[in-house]
Amino acid sequence: MNKQPLSSGLSERDMVRSRLAKTLRRRHARERRFRLAGVVSVGLALACVLLLFGSILQRGLPAFWQSSIQLPIYFDPEIIRVDAAPQPLPDEPPVEFQRRQLEWQGQLARSNWQRLLTLGVQQLYPEQQIQPRHAQALFTRAVQHQLREMFAADPGLLGQTLELSLLADANVDVWLRGKIDRSLPDAQQQLAAPVRALADQLQADGHIKLKFASALFGNADSRSSPASAGLLGAFVGSLYMLAVVLLVAVPVGVGAAIYLEEFAPKSRWIDLIEVNINNLAAVPSIVFGLLGAALFINWFRLPMSAPLVGGLVLSLMALPTVIIATRAALQAVPGTIRQAALAMGASRTQAVFHHVLPLALPGVLTGAILAVAQSLGETAPLLLIGMNAFVANVPASPLDQSSALSVQIFLWQGHELRNFFEARTAAAIIVLLSLMISLNAVAIYLRKRLENKWS
Amino acid sequence: MNTTQNTQPAGLQAPRAKMQAQDVRVFYGEHQAIKGIDLELMENEVIAFIGPSGCGKSTFLRSFNRMNDTIEGCRLEGRILLDGEDIHAADMDVVMLRARVGMVFQKPNPFPKSIYDNVAYGPRIHGLARGRGDLDDRVEDSLRRAGLWDEVKDRLHAPGTGLSGGQQQRLCIARAIAVSPEVILMDEPCSALDPIATAKVEELIAELSQQYTIAIVTHSMQQAARVSDRTAYFHLGELIEVNATDKVFTHPQNALTEAYITGRFG
Repeated sequence: MNKQPLSSGLSERDMVRSRLAKTLRRRHARERRFRLAGVVSVGLALACVLLLFGSILQRGLPAFWQSSIQLPIYFDPEIIRVDAAPQPLPDEPPVEFQRRQLEWQGQLARSNWQRLLTLGVQQLYPEQQIQPRHAQALFTRAVQHQLREMFAADPGLLGQTLELSLLADANVDVWLRGKIDRSLPDAQQQLAAPVRALADQLQADGHIKLKFASALFGNADSRSSPASAGLLGAFVGSLYMLAVVLLVAVPVGVGAAIYLEEFAPKSRWIDLIEVNINNLAAVPSIVFGLLGAALFINWFRLPMSAPLVGGLVLSLMALPTVIIATRAALQAVPGTIRQAALAMGASRTQAVFHHVLPLALPGVLTGAILAVAQSLGETAPLLLIGMNAFVANVPASPLDQSSALSVQIFLWQGHELRNFFEARTAAAIIVLLSLMISLNAVAIYLRKRLENKWS
Repeated sequence: MNTTQNTQPAGLQAPRAKMQAQDVRVFYGEHQAIKGIDLELMENEVIAFIGPSGCGKSTFLRSFNRMNDTIEGCRLEGRILLDGEDIHAADMDVVMLRARVGMVFQKPNPFPKSIYDNVAYGPRIHGLARGRGDLDDRVEDSLRRAGLWDEVKDRLHAPGTGLSGGQQQRLCIARAIAVSPEVILMDEPCSALDPIATAKVEELIAELSQQYTIAIVTHSMQQAARVSDRTAYFHLGELIEVNATDKVFTHPQNALTEAYITGRFG
C-alpha cells in the first residue's frame, strides 16, 4: 500500500468520518422518533382498553350485589288453606296420584302468599298502620312464588316462623342505593312516599342487607319481577349457539380450507371462490341475519328465536374467517414436510393428514376459536331471527326459544327501569366478556400445548 | 454436442440398467429445463450428477420419482423406465413408484415426530411391517444401516428435529431405506452439513451402494470423485458427458466438462 499521501488521506478519512457521524445522528434520531411513536400508540391503545374495562367494571360490579330484606315470616295456617300434601296410596294408578297432586298445587296457588309478606312487615312495626300494598311493594314479585315453592317442597313449614332473606323490589334497591334523586317530587318518584319511608326505616333498623345477586346467574329474564331477572336463559342460549358454531363452522371451514389449499387444482374457478370467501368475511353481519331469516326460518321452517338457527347464522358468519385462518396456518407449514411425505410414497391425503395438518393445528385451532368467539358477540343478525324476543325460560334444547348474551345486553340497555338495569347491563357485559376471554385463553393454551410438543 | 454414454464402470460385469431415461424433456411452463436427455442408472452403481447451478441436474433427478408432478406447471416428455416399465404408465401408481425410488433432500427434513416414528412412517403407510416387533426390527435395521443406531438408540422417542444437522440427514436416509427402495435419489444431501457430517454421509453412501442404485446431485466435485462410480456432467439442460468418474476427472472428453472441473466456471 502506498503510504505517501498521508496528510490528504487523513483529511479525507476525517471527512468521511464526520459525515458518517452526522448521518448516524440523523438515523438515531429517526429511530428514536419511530420508537416514541410506537410507545405512544401502544400506550394510547392500552389506556383505551383500561378505560373500557374500568368503566364496565365500575358500573357492572355493583349489580352483583342487591338489596334483600331480612325478616321473620310466619307460615300462617289461617292464610295457607291447603289440605295435607298428597301421598301416593297403595294400588293407586299414577294418573290418579298426579291428579291429586295438581289439585293440591292449585290450592297452593290460590292461597294469598302476599299476605304473609304484609303480616311479616306489620309484625316488625306493630305500632304503625302499614297498608298491605305498601308492605308488598317492598318485595319483588318473584318472592311470593319463592314462598310458595318453599312450602311445596316442605309442607311441614305450616305454622312455623322462618327468618328469611327476601329480594327487595328493583325500585326499592334503586332508592336505597341512591340511584334516584331523593329530592324529586312525589309525582316523579317511582315509589309511593310511605314505601320509601318504610324502606328507609328497614335499612336504619338493619333489616336490609346487600347480598350476592344469585338471581342474576340463576334466573332467566323477567318482566314482572325485574329484581329477579337474570342471565341464565341468555347464557345457556349463547352456549347452545357456541356448540352449533363449533360443530358446523369449524369442521366445514377447516375442511373447505384444506381442500382449497392442498387439493384444489389451480384454476380460474378456484380463484373466484377465494376472492368471494375473502369478500364474505367483510359482509356486514346484519346481512347474514337476513339470509338466515330467509333461509332457515322461511325455507327450512326452523323455529324462530331458536339457538339452533342463531348458531347456523353465526356459523355462516364465522365460516370465511375460519377458512382464511386455516389456510394461513396451512400455508405456514414448510413445503419440505409435504415433499418429504410425498417422497416417502405417502398419498396426498396422507401427507396432509399425517404431517401438514398436525403442524398447522395450533394455528387452525386459534383461528377457529377466535372466529367462534367473535361471532358469539354478534347481535345484529340475531335480532333478525327473533332472538330479541322476551323469553322467561331457560331453553332446554337448541330448538327452544331463547335469548343470547349479546341480545340480552341490548334488551336491558333499552329497559324502561333504567336506573336499575344500567348496572345489570354492565354486569351482562362482564359475563359476555368473561366468556370470550375464557375462550381466548383456551385458544392460547391449546396453541402453547400443541406447539411445545415438537419444538 | 459430443455425448459419451454408458461407459461401463470398472469392476462390474454385465451391468443391468435399473432406470432408463429416454429423450427426457422437462418444461416449467414455457421454459424448457431439460432438453432431451438419455441416461441409464445401472444396478448398484453410484452415479453423480454435476454441473453449474441451474443446469437442470436437480430437475432431472426429481424426474426419476416423479416429484416434479407436485410442481405447478411442470411437464415431462419422453420416457423413464424402471426395470423396463414406464413410470408414467397408467398402471404405475406414483405411490408404488416412490416406495421403490426413494429420495433424500438437500435440506434435512425429518418429520416433526419422534426418531422412531420418522423411520417407521414409510413401513406403516405401506403396510410393510407385520406387527409391532417386526416394525421395531425394521426401524433398528434402517437406523443401523444409516449408521445412526448407536447415537439414537437411547432416545428413539425424542423428536427427530432435535438431532444435529448431520444426524438429521442420516435419519432421512434411514427413513428412505426403511421401505427397502431399489433406487435412492439424493439431491445435494451434504450441502447443508459440516465436513465431519459430510464424511459420515459419504461413508454411508459407499456402504449403501452395495444394495441400492444411487443417483446423487452434488456441487462438490471432490464429493463426486469420492463417492461415485460414474459422473454425468450437465450444462444448460443438456447432458454433456457421462463416463466413469476417474475418466471424467482425469480425461474429460468435452471442453465444457474440462472447464467446469478445473474451476474455470461454476
